[in-house]
Amino acid sequence: MSVTEKSEIAAAPQRESASARPRWQVMLIRPELMTFVLLIIALIVASSLSPYFLDIAYILDSFTLSAELAMVALVLTIMIIAGEIDLSPASGMALAACTFAYAQQAGVPIPLAVGVGLLTGLAMGLLNGILVIRFQLPSIIVTIGTLIFYRGLAQVIAGDQSIRVPEWFIGINRVLVFGIPVPVLVFVILSVVLGFVLSSTIYGRQIYLIGTNPIAARHAGIRANRIKMSLFLLIGITASIAGMMTASRLGSVRYDIALGGELQMVLMAMLGGTYIFGGRGSILGTFLAAWLLVIVSTGMIVANILPAMQLCVLGVLLIISIIATNFIYSRTQR
Amino acid sequence: MNTISKIFLRREAGIFVMIVLFCLAVGAFKPQFLTLQSLRIVLLLVPLILIGAMGQMLVLVARHVDLSIGSTLGFSAMVVGMMFKYYPEIWWPLGFLVAIGVGAGLGLFNGFLITLFRLPAIIVTLGTLNLYRGLTYIISNAKQIDRQYVPSELKAMSQTSPIFGIPWIIFMIIAIALLTYWFAMHTRVGRQIFALGSNPVAAQLRGINVSKITLLVFALSGALAGLAGIMYASRWGFVNPSNTGSGFEFQVIAAVVIGGVSINGGVGTVLGTVLGVLLLGCVSSALPLLGIPGTTQNAIYGAVIIIALLIDRGVRQRAIKTISAKA
Amino acid sequence: MLKKSILIGLAFGLATIVTGAFAQDPIKIVYIGKNTGNPYFDSITGGFEDACQVKGCDFLFVAPPTAEATSQIPFIEAQIQRGVNVIGIAPNSPDALNQVLDEARAKGILVLTVNGDLVGNESHRDATILPVDFTKTGPNQVELMGSMINYEGDIAILSATTEAPDQNTWIAAMKDTLANNPKYANMHLVATVYGDDQPEKSTTEMEALLANYPDLVGVIAPTTVGIAAAAQVVQSRMIADKVHVTGLGLPSEMRDFVKDGTVSAFQLWSPYNEGWLAVHFALGVLDGSIKNEVGGTFEVPNLGTITINDLNAMNTQAELTTFDINNIDDFNF
Repeated sequence: MSVTEKSEIAAAPQRESASARPRWQVMLIRPELMTFVLLIIALIVASSLSPYFLDIAYILDSFTLSAELAMVALVLTIMIIAGEIDLSPASGMALAACTFAYAQQAGVPIPLAVGVGLLTGLAMGLLNGILVIRFQLPSIIVTIGTLIFYRGLAQVIAGDQSIRVPEWFIGINRVLVFGIPVPVLVFVILSVVLGFVLSSTIYGRQIYLIGTNPIAARHAGIRANRIKMSLFLLIGITASIAGMMTASRLGSVRYDIALGGELQMVLMAMLGGTYIFGGRGSILGTFLAAWLLVIVSTGMIVANILPAMQLCVLGVLLIISIIATNFIYSRTQR
Repeated sequence: MNTISKIFLRREAGIFVMIVLFCLAVGAFKPQFLTLQSLRIVLLLVPLILIGAMGQMLVLVARHVDLSIGSTLGFSAMVVGMMFKYYPEIWWPLGFLVAIGVGAGLGLFNGFLITLFRLPAIIVTLGTLNLYRGLTYIISNAKQIDRQYVPSELKAMSQTSPIFGIPWIIFMIIAIALLTYWFAMHTRVGRQIFALGSNPVAAQLRGINVSKITLLVFALSGALAGLAGIMYASRWGFVNPSNTGSGFEFQVIAAVVIGGVSINGGVGTVLGTVLGVLLLGCVSSALPLLGIPGTTQNAIYGAVIIIALLIDRGVRQRAIKTISAKA
Repeated sequence: MLKKSILIGLAFGLATIVTGAFAQDPIKIVYIGKNTGNPYFDSITGGFEDACQVKGCDFLFVAPPTAEATSQIPFIEAQIQRGVNVIGIAPNSPDALNQVLDEARAKGILVLTVNGDLVGNESHRDATILPVDFTKTGPNQVELMGSMINYEGDIAILSATTEAPDQNTWIAAMKDTLANNPKYANMHLVATVYGDDQPEKSTTEMEALLANYPDLVGVIAPTTVGIAAAAQVVQSRMIADKVHVTGLGLPSEMRDFVKDGTVSAFQLWSPYNEGWLAVHFALGVLDGSIKNEVGGTFEVPNLGTITINDLNAMNTQAELTTFDINNIDDFNF
């Protein structure tokens, strides 16, 4: 980092004629780097705090608890890059899980019940999309409204009681493929797919342009509304899948699953270096940040550190990460 | 200017009509909803939200948002509660100074981060929401301040009354609303907040000290959350490290948005915010009276917020049409 | 503050003990509460701590910041990873913890639910320790209410959430008692409302009760949050002579209301004894001196003979303790 600063000062007087940055700097001085460094630090600190921490099976197992939120956070990252935000998917997870569980309890066969859950996800995405795109309301406020609304609906459907799912449906997190729990695998695969789409397809480049400069995007003939709507639908459906995975992990569904999860999703995206005002960010960053969060919280819980300290650390991490992200962007993208 | 003020008037008239219609509809089923007693219940439900909403309104007008107020409320209430518990000999009204001071300090910290590093308020306050809540647990060692430690004079403020059976706390929120109105509409600094929110670039060009104003609105928002903190102790008689103030930010933002304050900055009135708070209060107190199960209340809140947003948009579009028709 | 440093010290101490010697490790007992900052658990924890001091075991209390169904899961996983011998837990959900508790038991950890049970999923824990036989809570509460209102008039129940298993057991027993015992023939239950254990919501529900039923003479709130909220409404409206509030409350939270006459009496049990019993039972089972079988009995200092009832449930006391102006100052929890 100090290297960058020095070269910055040296370059200051002749900034206008300054040549392009060395390739290695562009490659390395990125927000993801900071996430990666934090991840390494967290691993070292956590292992020294408790002898029980450094155990791959345990870490993977702990990741399954956050894998569902992390999946949604990946899509949320793309959403934020496109200049919108969705705070409702954690409630959406609960609602989709509740409609799914309610349907199968009412005798609908499981595959159809899964379909009901997915449809719920689509419907939620559609409603958010219509309110934001058709009615041009700010997504942050709309989705705070639907955050309350969707969880409220979940509560109407399920009441305060929990709905059981059949035995054979339980335990997706206990199924191991190559020693890796399925939810972790799903998360990794989704990261690779979305990472590819975002970085290497026209659709992905268009998303960045919409977020960076909506007017330029319009002049370039990009159908911003259509792309944004597709993102709202995608996040709705991802939330519904995540919700049903949670149902399988817990064996029962209640309206309060993933309560407060929106905070963690936003935290993952921010820690991964996604710029809250759009246009910048990457799937790799969110991928790393998800692991960072799991390692921080698991490390602290297994070391029996007061849960209060975890809140403080998460809050401070968020602020540090955004300061660093801003700093890096201001240095590298002049 | 005249046209614009008329539009604002219409916006507030809209919420007012919504409140009246809602109350009449509820009253048709449950006549006891249209009594003074029930008005008292509504008024006693909303004070904390109203105090928080005044601060949040200013923050939103300045084109920021403060998500940390719930945790600020909790932290201030805890500091005051611990003062009452461990130093009972201190004159209790000093608690107000302490709560407001602590709240203002936390708000200033938000403001510093936002202005110094040019960070988005939503992320900073999301971070401090966690941080302040964690600190509340740490200073209190995760222990509740029980009822017996809260001075009975303080608790009495929410119950006893100087006149007409209206408790002190109601007079207090009326005073705060009036003060906020005076500050926002009739002081130079207050107008600068609106100028900053409507057009940050122009505001800077006109010589408004953007950093100073930003710091000020966050300090005010924090101070009001701190005041809400000591009033929490007054109203509910205890301070709990996890419950006190949790979810407060959502209630407040909902009320403020329903009251017509624009999330895009520059637009908002005290009257609208007060009406938004009252509408939420009416809904909260009517649902149990109607025997609507608690499980549906959140869905109804969510729906009310979304409907309010749509109505707001409808009104604004009509306003834009009216303006362009006249121009 | 002192307690906190002891706790932290204990945490670090534990870590070093475990890494160092593994020859004669003391038994490690952890109690996972519903959430932190809940005054109710301070008292249970006290029982655990004192018993562990006497019997020589390591004790730790942990709890998630919030009480939603799944928030305890990472804490259970972490304790399994730490290799504790006994997990005591006040479950936040009767079924969401099944899988992770099974995992703990598969690793040979003794799983006890303390102060709340996995109703309907009892096979996922080894035993449960409850303060009283919960079938007695309902009749006890009705009797106390009746004695306050001369056994006649309209009464209502202010509960926590609609699906809280314990609450529903008690409410069902209250209804049953009111309907079938001729002594209470003149008492009419007019409504059961739910305050979700939030002070704000409990208050609005209480206000709605008073508005909807002007002839109400009594309210039973079998939840610590509910009774305090109900008492506060009655106190602020100055109608304590007309509407009588009782229920289950914490002496520390209710002391003021009892002293100013708002609430003449309420009930609870000793949370402290639950922790005390849990430690004695757990150590007995681990060293083989107690058989965890229905019908078995064992002796616990200060508590006398404890019987293991159906579903491996144990109680610390037979009847609820009633608190009133005469004894409220004898209790400090």
